[in-house]
Amino acid sequence: MRPAPWLPFLPAALLLLAGAAGCGGGGATGAAAGSDSLAQAARVHAIRMLTSFDGGRVKKLPGGRTLREYWVEAKNVEIEVAPGVRFPAWTFNGAVPGPTLRCTEGDSVLVHFTNRGTMPHSMHFHGIHAAAMDGVFEQVSPGETYDYAFTAEPFGLHVYHCHTMPVKMHIARGLYGVFLVDPPKPRPKAREMVMLMNGYDTDLNGEDNEFYTVNGYANVYFRDYPIPVKAGELQRVYLVNMTEFDLVNSMHTHANFFDVYPTGTSLTPSVYTDVVTMGQGERAIIEFTYRHRGRFLFHAHQSEFAELGWLGQFEVTP
Amino acid sequence: MKGLSARIVLAGLLPLVVVAAMAAWFLSGGGSRLGLSVPPIEKLAIERIVFRPQEIILHVRNVGPGPLTIAQVFVNEAMWDFSVAPGRRLGRLGSATLSIPFDWLEAEPYRLAVVSGTGLRHTREVEAATATPSPTVKSLAVFGLLGVYVGVVPVLLGLLWLPFLRAVPRSWLDFWLSFTMGLLAFLAFDTLSEATEILERVPEVMNGALLVALGVIAAFFALTAVSRALGGSGGARGMGLALLIAIGIGLHNLGEGLAIGAAYTLGEAALGSFLIVGFMLHNTTEGLAILSPLIDKSASVRDLVLLGLVGGAPTILGTWTGAFTYSDPLSLLFLGAGAGAILQVLWVLASSRAARGEPVLEALAKPVNVAGVLAGFIAMYATSLLVAG
Repeated sequence: MRPAPWLPFLPAALLLLAGAAGCGGGGATGAAAGSDSLAQAARVHAIRMLTSFDGGRVKKLPGGRTLREYWVEAKNVEIEVAPGVRFPAWTFNGAVPGPTLRCTEGDSVLVHFTNRGTMPHSMHFHGIHAAAMDGVFEQVSPGETYDYAFTAEPFGLHVYHCHTMPVKMHIARGLYGVFLVDPPKPRPKAREMVMLMNGYDTDLNGEDNEFYTVNGYANVYFRDYPIPVKAGELQRVYLVNMTEFDLVNSMHTHANFFDVYPTGTSLTPSVYTDVVTMGQGERAIIEFTYRHRGRFLFHAHQSEFAELGWLGQFEVTP
Repeated sequence: MKGLSARIVLAGLLPLVVVAAMAAWFLSGGGSRLGLSVPPIEKLAIERIVFRPQEIILHVRNVGPGPLTIAQVFVNEAMWDFSVAPGRRLGRLGSATLSIPFDWLEAEPYRLAVVSGTGLRHTREVEAATATPSPTVKSLAVFGLLGVYVGVVPVLLGLLWLPFLRAVPRSWLDFWLSFTMGLLAFLAFDTLSEATEILERVPEVMNGALLVALGVIAAFFALTAVSRALGGSGGARGMGLALLIAIGIGLHNLGEGLAIGAAYTLGEAALGSFLIVGFMLHNTTEGLAILSPLIDKSASVRDLVLLGLVGGAPTILGTWTGAFTYSDPLSLLFLGAGAGAILQVLWVLASSRAARGEPVLEALAKPVNVAGVLAGFIAMYATSLLVAG
């Protein structure tokens, strides 16, 4: 009884079939799972962040001073930075940028910082304070907590960010936020907005940014939420530049000019312009009023940044 | 099927069943239990770029170890709108077509990048954009004519040397045969070096070098069979050998045509008239190679025309394929086949030079043969400088 002559070829044929199946595993399948919820989170964060100010838990101290307590956690979170593009971010309180911490000059500030990340981090506040409150030499290991206590001064528009080396990497990964100190006598009433300009090095090559955003999500105020503005109402933008790698970032308003208060440390504007350009870590308060109704662009005047996500529009109505 | 063959079937299947079981265990998470799971690095290849009026089309393929999602497209470092078919999510080796509405300009360089879900940028540059031909009657005619100019005409012109070769003293026969070997050796190396250029841009997962090897081996053994059929166990001689050489050169010219058509389509070479003239001169010498076995044999005009077409006409097929449906892996296969065919012909030619019982290398070592081989190679090299682009 001789075996069929094709038998020796059977294993080879099956291997070939398996190989073909391996190739055929391709083809397109449905939409990316989970990316919709990330997109939603990024949109919600950017829209909310525009007008959200965290005043902390307020307590009156004996002697009349105000104590403001904040709780901040560093943690690793995957976020979406442009539609479909995920980024393994290191965050303060779960989003990039972190919360806008607001207080008044002279307030006693107490920040309880807990590191829930996977490597040492810190919070380095811009301001005038003691060395131990500077967030540089006292690194906070994962699982540990550190309390930063200082008096809020001087008034102005400041930032906080992680100062663990390599700082470039800790900032590029998203560990920063706005620290706003109001003057004792409040600024004139206005519609207030926070705009933090940043970049994302999504391929993590440590050299450049792939995307640029305001408040964390590419083109969010252009595509998802054109910012509603009332004609004639004073608009105040707290504009902060936390872009890494690129030396400067900028903002330009279309069909309008604005007053610039560099670092917000003076109550008189220094210049009246329609483009403000700032280096890394620099910030300015800008104030303007729209006279004409309609849709007006605002964006980085580095066109490259504008076309990589730093683009928005004001929708001015009567 | 009786008991014996069933047992043999089982024996044949057993290793496969075990391998399949192990694979299933690994893929179902066993690999990570071993601590071997490595975060997959997304790799996307932009295989083909097509320029249409006010539109750029990218043919992309996922060449990474796992699935990926197409998230964004940059044209010259700017985010751009695009549509994708059939979908953004690509399985391993899955492909998609991206259509980008973009008012591109003729002859300008473009840098196209696709950003995948984890934020990696996959880039391909075009040196000079030019409208991609679609296979209309007119463009088929244009690229066909191109193939005729660089392939068919030169080879046929080279065949016109036959009376000259027959007129020179018979003692020169050895020289011309060796000269042909030099030509063929050049073409073999030339074909392989063209393949290495493509290898640089072919994704690792395609195992491009082995596609070349597959082409070499397949063509070598296929032509060996043809050679046997044409000339018995001693291999082809005379007209048979000339036909064999023509087939080898034809396969080489197919690869050359592919490269020309593709270079034009990819915007990597402006096909100036200078380049075409260069190819004509270069390929005329190929006709000479086909002739050498016929110097002391009779051959009809019909035979010669047939040989010329076998050697030259594949260029047309090459320019068409290269221009309209270019694919790097397929080109590698063709280039490998070209090299394999020529190597086989070289082998037959070399064997035919030795007297019965004489070692081939000894026959080739005669001064006239060494001089012939070198002269042939150098003649090809010199004319190749005309097509350096």
